[in-house]
Amino acid sequence: MSAENLVQLLYLVATGLFIMSLRWMSNPETARKGVFSGVAAMVLAVAGTLAGVITTGGTHYWWILAAFIAGSAVGYPLAQVPLTAVPQRTALSHAFGGLAAGLVGTGKFFLYYGQSNEEALAPYIVTALMLEILLGFLTFTGSLMAAGKLQELKWIPQRPVTYPGQNVINLGLFTLALALGVALVLNPLAAWAPLAFMLVMVLSLAFGVLLILPIGGADMPTVISILNAYAGLSAVAMGFVLNNKLLITAGALDGSSGLILSIIMCKAMNRSFTNVLFGAFGQTQQAAAGGEAKVYKSDTPESAAQIMAQADLVVIVPGYGMAVAQAQHRVRELYDQLKKRGVTVKFAIHPVAGRMPGHMNVLLAEAEIPYDDLVEMDEINGDLPQADVALIIGANDVVNPAARTDKTSPIYGMPIIDADKARTVFAIKRSKNPGFAGIENELYYLDKTFMLFGDAKVVVGELARQLAGEGGH
Amino acid sequence: MPNLILAIAQGTGGHAAGGHGQLDFMGALFVFMLATFIGLMAIQRVSRLLHTPLMSLTNAISAIAVVGAIIVAAGKDAPVYVTALGLVAIFCSTTNIVSGFLITDRMLKMFKKREGAPK
Repeated sequence: MSAENLVQLLYLVATGLFIMSLRWMSNPETARKGVFSGVAAMVLAVAGTLAGVITTGGTHYWWILAAFIAGSAVGYPLAQVPLTAVPQRTALSHAFGGLAAGLVGTGKFFLYYGQSNEEALAPYIVTALMLEILLGFLTFTGSLMAAGKLQELKWIPQRPVTYPGQNVINLGLFTLALALGVALVLNPLAAWAPLAFMLVMVLSLAFGVLLILPIGGADMPTVISILNAYAGLSAVAMGFVLNNKLLITAGALDGSSGLILSIIMCKAMNRSFTNVLFGAFGQTQQAAAGGEAKVYKSDTPESAAQIMAQADLVVIVPGYGMAVAQAQHRVRELYDQLKKRGVTVKFAIHPVAGRMPGHMNVLLAEAEIPYDDLVEMDEINGDLPQADVALIIGANDVVNPAARTDKTSPIYGMPIIDADKARTVFAIKRSKNPGFAGIENELYYLDKTFMLFGDAKVVVGELARQLAGEGGH
Repeated sequence: MPNLILAIAQGTGGHAAGGHGQLDFMGALFVFMLATFIGLMAIQRVSRLLHTPLMSLTNAISAIAVVGAIIVAAGKDAPVYVTALGLVAIFCSTTNIVSGFLITDRMLKMFKKREGAPK
């Protein structure tokens, strides 16, 4: 077998393993096999590439080894972050992925240009190169911005930033990048080509920033998914440039995953892609009914605990507030105390609760709550009219009944968890400010709703303590 | 624009510079389309419980860019700055490979069934 065929065979096996890796993610019981198969695929891919490079006469092996070691040294601590920081870590690694693709594309272009390699700069390859650097660098800066927003860095605005003519400016810059790209495809060896290339690079970097500026925290799950798809597609483009099937297949798997997650997130917010990307959402709606100040009823953890102790079914609706307060372990204590008293406890998980897809599930799994009790929105909504208590922990928009009734609300039409159908509603909230999307929540003013103001961790801990205390006497 | 499309279509001939496999442009498109459909079908079956680990797993998978990075970094006659770009790309991809797979496994270990729950 020729060395070339051996490399391709290794790539083929790696592709199969990557597909199985995703296939095994369909079930929590087989999911860990998916990780092992992914690791095996990656090892084969790297081994195959090195074999190919060695047999065709490569060089710089010590440097490559050093880059591997440095990457592992940075990657290892990044895998140890607390689970509440997983959205930031994910955004950061999208940034690394985008940068890698962008840099490889840049390297290839200047290599071919320096060699005046007309064959290697065939139009379709330059087209792929343009897509690779556009997606790569856009993903790089966009993901860094997203990670900064998620980490709540002071110098990155949290609220969506909008200015007049925003979409016109973005569109203008995009047209300019497109024109430069077309010019490069037609004249890749022109004297001005390196300059044009660099300009496309700069524009792509700028796009990443401009695309994320107008996006608010509530849209983060969608944006992270879209950036995930872009990172995958930039790998696909690299595959076209380098004539490499493994890059195309693995990139396409990543791209389709990002695409599906984006669609699920958009559906869960009743919004379209374009609306997320171009329709800034989340400016505080100054209460139109300015005159009448509505009043909350608040309650103490003591009496809330008493009511919960007598319930048959308690549905807990967690949201980003639970993640911020790191309250998941206290929630587990509450869950245990209620279970001990024979109360059925279920968790209602909205697809966009938190800052990335599946965020709540991971946090609750960390607190060792069995995943059988984590119930998807569509399933739990059937149970809510029978629930005695709905306990909302740091969630807001995903339980806002305005989504069903108020046509003027920005979240109108978004599927929600029907917490308002439970007999009694307790809502734990950090402050009296509206949620991240800045929208008033009718749920809090209902007759059956009682607010428990305070840090989620403290309040839930107090609820658990009350239940435990009563049991002890 | 028609010129461009024509130019792209004509450029489907033997491109040897990548050196890895004889793959023409249309062949590559076929591979891309099929892989996308397989991806869409596999991902649709992923449990919603696991969307966060799924994203960190696909993150690690997209670090397959390391393949391209190695090819660029190991190039013999490349100028120093091209090699440097390749090495930085290897560094970035390795970071994603290591942290992506490790954190995915760390999260998946936490998902437990209720004790005595029916299958």
